[in-house]
Amino acid sequence: MSAILFFIAAIGVIAGAIGVVTFSNPFYSVLALVGHLLSLAVLFLLLRAEFVAAAQVVVYAGAVMVLYVFVVAYVGDEEQSLDGVLSRRPRSRGADGRKLTGALFAGVLLVELLIALLGSGLKAVSGDGAPYAPGPRTFGTPAYIGNLLLTRFLLVFEASSLLLLIAAVGGVVLARRRGGLEDDDERNRLTPLDILRPRGTGTMVEGVEGLALAHARGAGDLDDEHPDPDGGGW
Amino acid sequence: MSIGWYLAVSAIVFCTGAFGVMTRRNPLVVLLCLELMLNGANLSLIAFSRMWGNGDGQILALIVMTVAACEVCIGLGMIVAIHRRRLPIDVDELRELQG
Repeated sequence: MSAILFFIAAIGVIAGAIGVVTFSNPFYSVLALVGHLLSLAVLFLLLRAEFVAAAQVVVYAGAVMVLYVFVVAYVGDEEQSLDGVLSRRPRSRGADGRKLTGALFAGVLLVELLIALLGSGLKAVSGDGAPYAPGPRTFGTPAYIGNLLLTRFLLVFEASSLLLLIAAVGGVVLARRRGGLEDDDERNRLTPLDILRPRGTGTMVEGVEGLALAHARGAGDLDDEHPDPDGGGW
Repeated sequence: MSIGWYLAVSAIVFCTGAFGVMTRRNPLVVLLCLELMLNGANLSLIAFSRMWGNGDGQILALIVMTVAACEVCIGLGMIVAIHRRRLPIDVDELRELQG
């Protein structure tokens, strides 16, 4: 039973990893990573790491991936058009060379890791692991992890909480609006007239990007049919 | 299942992530591939923790997840800042670190 579950989860893990690397659209990469993380949580459960599996699903596949999806939705529009522009440019030789070199180095690394794994003298690697008896406070349960975190690894726990605080402040500082008060351009981004306007579908991308571009180009007349040729796809 | 199978899966995931970091040009996808590498390391940490019946590896895996969350926070903030300044979102184009 556990062998079948292991192979299903392992195939999910590896397929998700390959999907992250090969999808050209970043949104699909994020979705592949979510599948990868869920399969990985199954592997953690098979390894009796219940708390880590739950934290993986809640924190990683839940919170962090939502952050990724938001940023992909915020940045992705320009990304697609930029890719379209860049793919027309002749850059095939550099891309092929980079892929080949990357594949070479990754393959060498994999071979080296597998040699280290197969050639290791550890007998425990080919075993099932330490003896395990189910119980309320046994290996891997939240009580066990909490006991370790608050006694033996208290300093590590506090340092990681401080690190999270610093990262949150740093993220806000990095992504903040530069230049203080809003200027005319930003104030003109969305007005009631824009909402009443029939052109477009009223998506957020059009509201934030298309109108700002139209204003920046001085296309003040909103009844114009297509003031922004790049926004035609929306 | 023996521990060696888990270690093999972790090696494959790590190398896939390393390949992605070396070949992809979109910094968002590079961050995703870094997550893949960290997850491969996490899997081997938890496999070794199971092997010895010792919880220290699981604590280390949790700390790695915390550090990964911090790295994602900073990295995505940088990508949003790059996008605000209308710079190309491409790791080959962003070569200079001048403000």
